Amino acid sequence: MAARVKIPTQLRAATGGASEATVEGGTVGEVLDGLFEEFGELRERIADEQGGLRRFVNVYLGGEDIRFLDGIATSVPDGAELTILPAVAGG
Amino acid sequence: MRGNYDDVNRLCTELSAEHDDWAFVNINMRPYYSEGSKTVAYEIAEQLGWELPDRVIVPIASGSLFTKINKGFREWIELGLVSGREPVMNGAQATGCAPVANAFAAGQDFCQPVKPSTIAKSLSIGNPADGPYVLELARRTGGSVDAVSDDQIRAGIALLAETTGIFTETAGGVTVAVLAELARRGDIDPDERVVLLITGDGLKTLDAVRGSFKAREIDPTVDAFDLAFETVAA
Repeated sequence: MAARVKIPTQLRAATGGASEATVEGGTVGEVLDGLFEEFGELRERIADEQGGLRRFVNVYLGGEDIRFLDGIATSVPDGAELTILPAVAGG
Repeated sequence: MRGNYDDVNRLCTELSAEHDDWAFVNINMRPYYSEGSKTVAYEIAEQLGWELPDRVIVPIASGSLFTKINKGFREWIELGLVSGREPVMNGAQATGCAPVANAFAAGQDFCQPVKPSTIAKSLSIGNPADGPYVLELARRTGGSVDAVSDDQIRAGIALLAETTGIFTETAGGVTVAVLAELARRGDIDPDERVVLLITGDGLKTLDAVRGSFKAREIDPTVDAFDLAFETVAA
């Protein structure tokens, strides 16, 4: 199963400018691991020391924040879109 | 746009990535917007005759305003433009979106994201970027971060309107309600000089207070006006 991952502007220096990637994986964690294999620098920008998401990184699956699903254990359907966005906004 | 403040922020973050020559005030221009918030602190000190308040109560969405107001006060203390200690900082949230107040109450240094559900839509950020800094600052200055219900928010809006003539949107109601809560708890000395940040106009959130205020319709005559005016004044 493969998912399309959208990379935010702030992290594109770590992807050689790529704005998205197609990665294999059945869960959010597996997709992210696949992404980190392709772009090693992304790991420390997105994942914390315990392998979870950094607090100011949001990952959305089909528009829903995965923190309100099953976190990185959330199942990813084939062809789904994952969006990574920094949680730095608002007044 | 259908959705809440979080949804708007998310869309704007995505759009700012697609259009690198577009500027969103509180997304890709946020560092400037945030630093600009310091001028609120400058104006408070200026309007108090170049003195600092004892306490400031600030509504919290992302937490940006809260932290930058404190920064503004500290900068002016360092420059010698004002003297005294930095004001106590109290943060105000709605219970329907209280990630920072929850973390403060639980003694945590970071916030657990929430899904907002409150009439205080301008404060409805479920994962506040500056939450950890707000927590540190509230604790360091001897303040707190409190949350109030939607009913308390409506009562806060009414209290401010009736006592000052200022009609605020829901965020201002949150701030006034937290002041009332602090007073009820005895956390405020009656001699303190307290500044409330009323950050938006009531006409923005009329739906939230519909039914809270009594409307008086009159004929277009001086007599009708005088009668209504006397009734209200009494």
